Amino acid sequence: MSSATNKVIKDGLWYNNPIFVQVLGICSTLAVTNNLLNTLIMVLGVSFATSMGSLTLSALRELIPRKVRMIVQVLVLSFYVIIIDIVLRAYAPTISKQLGPYVGLIITNCILMGRAEAFAASNPPGLAFIDGLFNGLGYGWVLLAIAVIREFLGFGSLFGIKIMGNGFTPWTIMVMAPSAFFLVAIALWIANDYKAKAAKRATGAPSAAGAAGAAPAKPAATGGNA
Amino acid sequence: MTGAPSVGLLSLFLASVLTSNILLANFLGTCSFISISKDFKSSMGLGIAVTLVIGITAAVCWAVLYFIIQPLGIEYLSFIIFIIVIAGVVQMLEMIIDRFSPALYMALGIFLPLITVNCAVLGVILFMQIRKYNFPQAVIFGFGSGAGWWLAIMLLASIRKKLDANNAVPAGLKGTGITLITIGFIAMAFVGFSGMIAVQ
Repeated sequence: MSSATNKVIKDGLWYNNPIFVQVLGICSTLAVTNNLLNTLIMVLGVSFATSMGSLTLSALRELIPRKVRMIVQVLVLSFYVIIIDIVLRAYAPTISKQLGPYVGLIITNCILMGRAEAFAASNPPGLAFIDGLFNGLGYGWVLLAIAVIREFLGFGSLFGIKIMGNGFTPWTIMVMAPSAFFLVAIALWIANDYKAKAAKRATGAPSAAGAAGAAPAKPAATGGNA
Repeated sequence: MTGAPSVGLLSLFLASVLTSNILLANFLGTCSFISISKDFKSSMGLGIAVTLVIGITAAVCWAVLYFIIQPLGIEYLSFIIFIIVIAGVVQMLEMIIDRFSPALYMALGIFLPLITVNCAVLGVILFMQIRKYNFPQAVIFGFGSGAGWWLAIMLLASIRKKLDANNAVPAGLKGTGITLITIGFIAMAFVGFSGMIAVQ
């Protein structure tokens, strides 16, 4: 594995995580995190659309005129989202119905446009694919963690299988919208504190040599905005 | 139109502003919401622009859906068509505002083009398609959702004005973290309305 690939993977999963650092793409998927199975399907859909979209747009990057770049990006991304929608409708009609408009809303998920604009527009296809995939997964693991908490406390179950006994009182708040905001905020808090501690450890090391190398992850200035 | 839900226009409007607020209950348009709400004036501009765009695109997309997409049987292309319609409406609105009211154009500035990728716009249109609203309902739902978004961003911008100056917030929670918690509290307050009107 080359160091560029390695860096792209680490960036996607942690150092430049779409949720913790870029704060992108929380719009369309938070609504489904009160159910673990729906979240998993959604995460797979987003990862598929981001990776394939980045691959296509990166391969076409020499051919797309700069002025119509945005509309081409949106068209390519909606093409992949339509595929996801058709596959879901054919093989998982109940889940497709539960997700409702949120499958279509993957198109306007900021991560897709953000990665297309910030990475795929200036990198080779292979690397762009990996970047898209791992940004999707980096976003996915945070959402799955939130979904585990919400479904477990809200319904006492995981993947729809009852885990808690009858004595368990479900936390109604966890099923409702506000809890998603609170949980993302708490996740962000933990991640920020962990990063700050890691940075402090690195800079506070006794030898002078280590200080320069471990600067805290800088906030990424991505072009995506949705 | 067969199958349109039987719901009064006024209660649909109130429902889309308060009980099923597009942002607080459906999480749509959160990204620009968080980044723009830092500034009170920008929030105002973006709120007006979003309300206009959602209202107009809901009307146009309704016509496109029932006069073009359904007769031709090309529902599988609807995502792409809706996105193109939204981009077109935004572009046209931009030109019209520029022509007739340069002052408003300057005030809206960069926000107009950005609305194309605002999830709230596409979200409203997809909800309209799924719930099979008739034309007046679609327009009211569009403007109502826009107004709800506007209301929510104004509330948040006012709170953030005080909050961002406060140093009591833990370092790790500053910025986005505390903003999300604030949105959570606003959302909880809006849950209080939910007993009033029941529209999905």
